[in-house]
Amino acid sequence: MSDGAAVAPAERTLPAQGGKGTVVVTTVASDSHTWNLVYLQLLIEELGYRVINLGPCVPDDLLVRECLETAPDLLVVSSVNGHGHQEGMRLIRRLREQPELAATPAVIGGKLGITDEADALSEQLSQAGFDAVFPDDADPVIAFRSFVEVLESSARTAGNRALPWPRITA
Amino acid sequence: MPTGQPGRQSADFGAFVRAHGARGRLVVQPRMGFGDPARMRAGLLATRRADAHTVGTITLDSHTRVGHLQAVEEALRAGFDLNGYPVVSHPAETTERVLDGIRGPDFPVQVRHGSALPRDIFAAIAALGLTATEGGPVSYCLPYGRTPLAEAVREWTECSELFAELSGSGAEPHIETFGGCMLGQLCPPSQLVALSLLEAMFFVQHGVRSVSLSYAQQTHLGQDQEAVAALRRLCREHLRTDDWHVVVYAYMGVYPQTDGGALRLLGQAAELAVSTGCERLIVKTVAEARRIPTILENVQALEYAADVAERTPRPPAGPGPPAEADSQTYQEARALVEAVLSLHTDIGTALMRAFQHGYLDIPYCVHPDNCGRTRSYLDSGGRLRWADIGSLPLGHLVTGLRTGRVTAPGLLGDLSYVRSTFDSPGVPPVLLDGT
Repeated sequence: MSDGAAVAPAERTLPAQGGKGTVVVTTVASDSHTWNLVYLQLLIEELGYRVINLGPCVPDDLLVRECLETAPDLLVVSSVNGHGHQEGMRLIRRLREQPELAATPAVIGGKLGITDEADALSEQLSQAGFDAVFPDDADPVIAFRSFVEVLESSARTAGNRALPWPRITA
Repeated sequence: MPTGQPGRQSADFGAFVRAHGARGRLVVQPRMGFGDPARMRAGLLATRRADAHTVGTITLDSHTRVGHLQAVEEALRAGFDLNGYPVVSHPAETTERVLDGIRGPDFPVQVRHGSALPRDIFAAIAALGLTATEGGPVSYCLPYGRTPLAEAVREWTECSELFAELSGSGAEPHIETFGGCMLGQLCPPSQLVALSLLEAMFFVQHGVRSVSLSYAQQTHLGQDQEAVAALRRLCREHLRTDDWHVVVYAYMGVYPQTDGGALRLLGQAAELAVSTGCERLIVKTVAEARRIPTILENVQALEYAADVAERTPRPPAGPGPPAEADSQTYQEARALVEAVLSLHTDIGTALMRAFQHGYLDIPYCVHPDNCGRTRSYLDSGGRLRWADIGSLPLGHLVTGLRTGRVTAPGLLGDLSYVRSTFDSPGVPPVLLDGT
């Protein structure tokens, strides 16, 4: 991928179960909340994907290792303890440093800051390498579903994987 | 090893609760922990003076629970608020002064924490002559983080055995199981009953003679009454100690946001406890949905619960009520318990193997050592039902399962069912961060 060669998504091997692909759902290292992760797992399974749910308090190293082993079609980071922005910035840089993960679609959502600066945080997270940011103020679920639809239609057109995904800030 | 020094000797926790609870009376208890020793002392005093039969609580802060003692030091230096009492970090003399003249033969104090690896905590409280605590190798491991279950079992084994050795040198050591709670929501009662019992058996196997078993109020009073009856029956059948009692927790899930709703829910927990012959109740306050409660809010909750308990009819004395028949919950819980016990004579080992095989599987628990194949939902009457039993040994007992019962929006509805039922209509939807 790092040499810019086009790789059609359809050539990637997909697991048998959860037909459409594999999604890793995770949170950040300081966050012990889990109902948000459970909800997302159900939502994404309903969309036809197999979900690997990493659970609470995920150290950066563990997430990177899991993504390298799994090569997911999408990474979803959810955090509700107010530290998601801080930790997300660090996390996405670690992920994008890995050549194999440089183009993995990655999104983040939830209660990402402690005060009300959603727009500024979203912009920074997008710049740092997230393909979409879903802060708590808008309706994140609708926006997330739309994002997945865009992802799927891009995959169907078997376009050039080296092109950036459309940046969406909900 | 602490000796029975005057002024330090508490009542035996288990004996105290069994003497003052049950047969229609109820011992009530708060969750309470403040970083500041003066405030902690004030809270204990207010609990003792409340117009109710109370026991005191020292709840530990979350840094201490996960062993981040340096974070505690930094917070204390910088004057930051902690969300509990850092009993490992405050000098023993400080905690002695907190307790001096408050704990005693008529007011035992229990230390509550949530630690999967509690070695430092047990050492600190034993040195203080504090002999009542709670937890369990499973119930303090699976819900909260990613500590491997094997490590939690190992450390809880060690801590239980050391704690048990305190017997005879002060008050009788007592451990309460947290297995009746787990994630606080959406675990069908039979599995909570099984876990609560198995953890109590674990403690007893490692020498602890005074235990209590938790059951957390769920979504349906009748179902909960059936569950508590099943738990008490399984205790009589399996526990190798007479010094046991059952503690009911007021609802541990998404809590009503109105004062009226919060108190009504607490009242129903008190009814549950009294009507099933339980000895103790841990209350929740009107502030539960918003923040950590004030001392005053806790006292209000204690006195309210005691008042409701007083007005609730006692269970009839004499031979077992209809609940003594083999209820659905009893049969399921018994099947789970027997399947786990068949795996190994060492209960800690049996529990680990049970989770490996999926003989125990907590719905929606995302811990790496939980299989995560079971699912549950609320039926139209508010009863908790299995949607998927994974590999649980319940296939002969649970029928009519249909996939597709659990959806993402359905989950949100189930999580907020109690809040919306007890609050007035038009309540905002549940937020997934616990507020």
